[in-house]
Amino acid sequence: MNIVVCVKQIPDPANPSELDPDSHFLVRPEEQVMDDGDRYGVEMALQLAEASEGTVTLVSMGPAGNLQGIRQALAMGADKAVIVTDDALRGSGALETAQVLAAAITREGFDLVLCGTESTDGYSGIVPQQVAELLGVPALTYARKVSLDGSTVKIEQQTAGGFNEVEAPAPVLLSLTAGVVEPRYPTFKGIMAAKSKPVDQLSLGDLGVAPAGSGQEILSVADAPGREAGTKIEDEGEAHLEIVAKLQELKVV
Amino acid sequence: MNIWVFVEEANGAPAPVGLELLTKARELGSVSAVFLGESDDAIAELGRYGAGAVYRLAGGEDKLPAAGAAAALADLIASESPDLVLFGLTYTDRDVAGRLSARLGKPVVSNASDIRLDGDSVVVITEIFGGTQLVETAVRADAPALVIGRPKAFTAEPGGETTPAVTEVTLPDVGHAGAAVITAVHVEESEGPKLEEADIVVSGGRGLGAADKFELIEQLAGKLGAATGATRAVVDAGWVAYSKQVGQTGKTVKPSIYIACGISGAMQHLVGMKDSGTIIAVNKDPDAPIFDVADLGIVGDLHQVIPKLLEALA
Ligand SMILES: Cc1cc2nc3c(=O)[nH]c(=O)nc-3n(C[C@H](O)[C@H](O)[C@H](O)COP(=O)(O)OP(=O)(O)OC[C@H]3O[C@@H](n4cnc5c(N)ncnc54)[C@H](O)[C@@H]3O)c2cc1C
Ligand SMILES: Nc1ncnc2c1ncn2[C@@H]1O[C@H](COP(=O)(O)O)[C@@H](O)[C@H]1O
Repeated sequence: MNIVVCVKQIPDPANPSELDPDSHFLVRPEEQVMDDGDRYGVEMALQLAEASEGTVTLVSMGPAGNLQGIRQALAMGADKAVIVTDDALRGSGALETAQVLAAAITREGFDLVLCGTESTDGYSGIVPQQVAELLGVPALTYARKVSLDGSTVKIEQQTAGGFNEVEAPAPVLLSLTAGVVEPRYPTFKGIMAAKSKPVDQLSLGDLGVAPAGSGQEILSVADAPGREAGTKIEDEGEAHLEIVAKLQELKVV
Repeated sequence: MNIWVFVEEANGAPAPVGLELLTKARELGSVSAVFLGESDDAIAELGRYGAGAVYRLAGGEDKLPAAGAAAALADLIASESPDLVLFGLTYTDRDVAGRLSARLGKPVVSNASDIRLDGDSVVVITEIFGGTQLVETAVRADAPALVIGRPKAFTAEPGGETTPAVTEVTLPDVGHAGAAVITAVHVEESEGPKLEEADIVVSGGRGLGAADKFELIEQLAGKLGAATGATRAVVDAGWVAYSKQVGQTGKTVKPSIYIACGISGAMQHLVGMKDSGTIIAVNKDPDAPIFDVADLGIVGDLHQVIPKLLEALA
């Protein structure tokens, strides 16, 4: 099976991000890491590829930087990567992202496309569904368990009140919840091998797409009226009584 | 302004976020509902929350409905030209909104915590960086504007007794894109009050240390008549069911009291609970970000504090 994983490179969440005060775009450092939520897609792809003698291709959109995030995913074992990067994509919304990803995925060819349910920095949570629609395939969304039965993909789909068993024939797109598989850590050998794996860097022209434009204008960014921190009490054995007093004040006990 | 609210049926009634969005939409213009479901009672309820007309999407049988629903909506939009279509930040709504957006080639603004009109423009307010900053985004693309609203961003209130005019719409066959089939439905029951509706929520985080310690959370919740919640760390570790997760990818709660035990207060957790009435936190790290939003913060070991609290409440 040809398995494509949508992997996003994001600024390291350990270092707080900021918005450019004039353009309102996220300031992107050179150093970008793989979105933590995409490690599940990479791991799942590797497992499904092992079971079906398939290949795993990473597809990503965004500033390439030093490709650190992509190398992380290659080090886990993915075969190759395509990254679409173009100045015209600055400030892209979800739809343009999906249009670019769908074009790149079509160019690579696919049986399965794996995505996260939402990205850590964008969290619109709709790119996978948009990509599925553009590709004309079913979307098995919010998967918490995945299995292959020939060319039929079966999942347990997370729902508000429990889960559904859902299945669809390939070609199909899946969005994966965290915890669906246990992502592996790259081995030293994997890290070395990743350095020489093919990474195709494409512009919009190479891909032959002209995304719609975001259709949105950011008017303002302002501090939210924050919650004031209240009383903080060090427990010296009796602090539980403070909670009791609070609950009494609130007439709960 | 002609506003449509997409509402999914949940347990024979309109999904709660649908009623919240109808209430908000009434402020902005005239309102219709696009209802994915069967129930006549639910349609009457949509009328009580302001829907003058209802398009009932039905007939998908055991198919996953999003692809067909998006196609049906695209057709309806082409003939009726609404100005704004609202969705809730729920699983099915996200699937439908995403597909519709791609089909129409129009952007969708997700995570709205408020909406206002500026002349003919729809302006959406979203919270970023854990709710510490507010972004105002104007939709400039041609109508309809597509917006996904967060649950609990608006308070649902009935607004009069309309009997909506119902238009029946059959979900179209969309070929391979609609080929996903639901083969079984599982409901994971939990005891006690429902997390989204409870007046008091007691939540546990990784600071509990082990799966069996979640019992402390359950006991405290039992004493207070509260629902139990959890962080994603605890859910991913398999200590409790995903349905208990509070936060960005879990549930949004707004109880009068939220008690956080062994929870650091990551941005993605805070967005799901920071609008609670009173927040009480127990954490052994005095610098844990949860204390920035807590009305009462106890710096201490929860394994000391909670058992003593249980005793005091006995
Ligand atoms: C895209 C995305 C979406 C996410 N969505 C969600 C979401 O919906 N909900 C969510 O919760 N998280 C979500 N997260 C994860 C989030 O970033 C945090 O990792 C998570 O909330 C941390 O959970 P925690 O507070 O239980 O664990 P930790 O951050 O590990 O905190 C544990 C806390 O317990 C304290 N502690 C330890 N021992 C004790 C003790 N004996 N007594 C008292 N305190 C103690 C520690 O001081 C610490 O502060 C998401 C992350 C991403 C990237
Ligand atoms: N720029 C991107 N490059 C590659 N994949 C992406 C990108 N943006 C989003 N995705 C995929 O879509 C999922 C949902 O993202 P979002 O809709 O931004 O919350 C992510 O988990 C990724 O798998």
